[in-house]
Amino acid sequence: MQANVQQFPPFREISAPDAHGGHGHHEHPELNFWQKYIFSTDHKVIGIQYGFMSLLFMLFGFFLMLLMRWQIAHPGVPVPVFGPLLEKILGQPAAHGAISPDLYNSFGAMHGTIMVFLGVVPLAFAAFGNYVTPLMIGAPDMAFPKLNMASFHAFFLGGVVMLVSFFIPGGAAQAGWTSYSPLATTIPTHGQAFWLVGMVLLITSSLLGAVNFIATIIQLRAPGMTWMRMPFFVWAQFVTAFILLLAFPPLEAAGVLQLMDNVAGTSFFLPTGLAVGGQLAERSGGGSPLLWQHLFWFLGHPEVYVLILPAMGIVAEIIANNTRKPLWGYKSLVYSALFVGFLSFIVWAHHMYLTGMGQKIATFFQATTMIISIPSVIILTCMFLSLWGGSIRINTPMLFALGFLPMFGIGGLTGLPLGLAATDLYLHDTYYIIAHFHYVVAPGTIFALFAGVYFWFPKMTGRRMSEFWGRVHFWCSLTFMNIVFMPMFAQGIKGMLRRMSDGGVNYAASRVPNAIDALPGSVMQLNGWILWAAIALGIAQIPFIINLFWSISHGEKVNSDNPWNATTLDWRTPTPPPHGNFTHEPQVVRGPYEYSAPGHATDFTPQDEAGSASAPKPPTAHH
Amino acid sequence: MEIPYTVQNRPDTGIYNAKLGVWLFLASEVMLFGGLFSAYVLLRVGAAPGDWPHGWLNVTLGTVNTLLLALSAITTLLAWAACKVREFGKFKFFHACTILLALTFLGIKSYEYHDKLTHYEAQLTNGKFADGHFVKESKDFNLAKKTGTITLHGHIVEDRKELVDLRSPVAKAAKHEEITIAATDIKKLGNYGPAHNTFTAIYFTLTGLHALHILGGTLVIFYLWGPGSRMWKTDPERFTNRIEVSGLFWHFVDLVWIFLFPVLYLT
Amino acid sequence: MSESEKPVSLQSYFRLCAVVFLVVVCTTSAMIGTSFSHLGEGWTLKVTLILAIAVVNAFLVAGYLMHLLSEKKLIYTVLGFTAFFFIGLLGLTVWATNGFPPGTVSH
Repeated sequence: MQANVQQFPPFREISAPDAHGGHGHHEHPELNFWQKYIFSTDHKVIGIQYGFMSLLFMLFGFFLMLLMRWQIAHPGVPVPVFGPLLEKILGQPAAHGAISPDLYNSFGAMHGTIMVFLGVVPLAFAAFGNYVTPLMIGAPDMAFPKLNMASFHAFFLGGVVMLVSFFIPGGAAQAGWTSYSPLATTIPTHGQAFWLVGMVLLITSSLLGAVNFIATIIQLRAPGMTWMRMPFFVWAQFVTAFILLLAFPPLEAAGVLQLMDNVAGTSFFLPTGLAVGGQLAERSGGGSPLLWQHLFWFLGHPEVYVLILPAMGIVAEIIANNTRKPLWGYKSLVYSALFVGFLSFIVWAHHMYLTGMGQKIATFFQATTMIISIPSVIILTCMFLSLWGGSIRINTPMLFALGFLPMFGIGGLTGLPLGLAATDLYLHDTYYIIAHFHYVVAPGTIFALFAGVYFWFPKMTGRRMSEFWGRVHFWCSLTFMNIVFMPMFAQGIKGMLRRMSDGGVNYAASRVPNAIDALPGSVMQLNGWILWAAIALGIAQIPFIINLFWSISHGEKVNSDNPWNATTLDWRTPTPPPHGNFTHEPQVVRGPYEYSAPGHATDFTPQDEAGSASAPKPPTAHH
Repeated sequence: MEIPYTVQNRPDTGIYNAKLGVWLFLASEVMLFGGLFSAYVLLRVGAAPGDWPHGWLNVTLGTVNTLLLALSAITTLLAWAACKVREFGKFKFFHACTILLALTFLGIKSYEYHDKLTHYEAQLTNGKFADGHFVKESKDFNLAKKTGTITLHGHIVEDRKELVDLRSPVAKAAKHEEITIAATDIKKLGNYGPAHNTFTAIYFTLTGLHALHILGGTLVIFYLWGPGSRMWKTDPERFTNRIEVSGLFWHFVDLVWIFLFPVLYLT
Repeated sequence: MSESEKPVSLQSYFRLCAVVFLVVVCTTSAMIGTSFSHLGEGWTLKVTLILAIAVVNAFLVAGYLMHLLSEKKLIYTVLGFTAFFFIGLLGLTVWATNGFPPGTVSH
């Protein structure tokens, strides 16, 4: 449809939109509901589609967690309120409204899968990336709009497959979100096959997205938008896209191999002499369970940075905007992000110290793991230093961004003992790990994502979200998040293992008083606290949900296209941005964070504002 | 709204969008097959000594397929070159060749699969092994009920190890003939499908994924050759780019086969 | 469409293709010959040789048919990282799997 415009179009058709008057590009035909919201190729609509779906999935994943926490605190006791419903939907595994150990395992596996692959990654990378990245670099859309749509549809299908697996006989996958073989193959449910098919779809979606993002950022930057003028958010998305592009395929390969194990009876990950239920399995054997772990963690560890880098990008934008001064150490941030991305590919086996690998290889992975903490600390330090001496404007996005910094700090620093084999052998598979990575992702990344929602909401809708309820949401979330996760450090150090459907009752001192290192009552008691804090955390999200939907139509209207007085190009479009984004092609003449430039009339200088601050560079400038 | 650089090269990068896109996609494909080849290496290195099969696949057919794919890669290049010199008729001819070559490749591949799936190994109750291709079975053949007989064209060996290295002098000297076995004598019967052992598992998975790539590539090329070639009249430049980009994918698929062939057929 | 190698005519491509196909035939025969020869004890030497020939073959396809020999720096960069990570994946996995202390189960 675009082909019949001209045989050899000029480089930037958009720079002269009026020239197209005769070609029918201005007469936007009325799109029906399906074309506009389901089969849209507009990056902004796709971004919102991703955002909406992933928020729903996150809520669902959170609900699974609440059920699990009930089971941990009150093993075998029927779930109040939801118990009868569960029994009705899931049948035998939820008999009498109580959660059976098998169901607990399903919920555990699916909570992890949904939160990581259907919640945080799509929200951080696909939703914000899709909506904001093209705006920030001054592009009319993504490089491949149809591919973008296909990517969302693959994601949607993957989500459907995952959800459907709850209702098949035997229920959803039970082998944890890591799906270690041979467990994943020997559990008698087809849930694992569904999980694998769903994963292949989600991976395909991510790969298409990654190709699209990289091509967009490299090819569609507006004239003058040189590499070192890109906002840090764009850099973060760029590195994330590369991680997804190159780390996900080995997991796709592993997924195909495990699918063959589960469906075609092969033995890629099943060792010779495997016994199942006390009997020798009818398998050819000869496979390697460790191979799965390697291929899984080759993605699994870079995935951590997929979760955290976009969050850092969001936080950097909001901090620069609300401190009203340039980010401290922009170049250090950029190079650190690149270095993190590079190094994240060669640290994966620190998840596998317990497999008993040799000293030399363990030393290698310990060294790379310690090294990768350096750029992460640099990024965090730059953000802290950016606060120094600023007259900070406190609003909801800024509160969440500020909350991110110490929360991610706790999560990151508690990871160091896990990166060293000697301490990891003790802490492996305990609640310490759970607390560690949840601090990184839940009060870390998810806080940054909340910040992003509050920050870009005015651009998406032309209205602000309620400031008061935003603050209620923040302070309650911050409090209860910490009450949920902080005690888990203590539980883990005391030796409470993860993935126990009875919450450790079998190892409690009250039950086995003479056992060495039995879990004392004080540790067991924490399970109850965590349950109630988790429920309170859930209630604290209600103001957010209502605020989000209410503000779409009733929020306070913004009086300009740039309500936060920001410098980056995403605020230089009409509100909300139309198809094609910019009314005229932006000419970028300066860096992304020129706040409070001396001598300038306002305390912010947009990137495309012509002026004397710095001479415009030719569009071909290339770093 | 028009996306910039769909046809022309961006000055500072020197390429157009789709070309960068396909190379990025190929980079991820390298990692996909990289993961699979890593699995192959690990499983082969980890196999017990003398357990890794040799000579299980038909080298002649493999060689024919190698040359077919090489030829199709060449016709793909020529199809693109024909577009560049604006000779549409020659483009049609070369890509017709590509499609035919690809279909022949898939035909030969499915014959090879069929050959493996009709190849049976029967563990007999006397501890010996019968091994050969399926000929016929009696009407009442039922392994579970232990009734009837099955006829294979092959041989019976004392030790299963004799079936592993078909390049060995012992295996070459073996005499193959029709053998009929009663169901009552069979302890376990299985074909050389993916579940047979690690080698067949890898063979079917890797070549299967590769065949899927061939199929996908063929569909794309067929589209560009047939209905998609209408773009030639409106925007030949962009059409040429499409041919180049799909050609890059096709060459990559050939590249994968260049490693699959020696790794599976020759070693 | 790289400007650097605008074709003069189809003829020049025919010549390139003929040479490439000839070399593919030669390398394939060489691989088969090596496979059936009696070089060295066991398969180690033969596998090494065959893979080396396969790499030559692959270089040919990538270099000339995919015109990678005259490609842009950007694409070299992408492929360079990809190659590095692939080697990392394969190398570190094999190292980790073979690096078990003696006497412990390795697979």
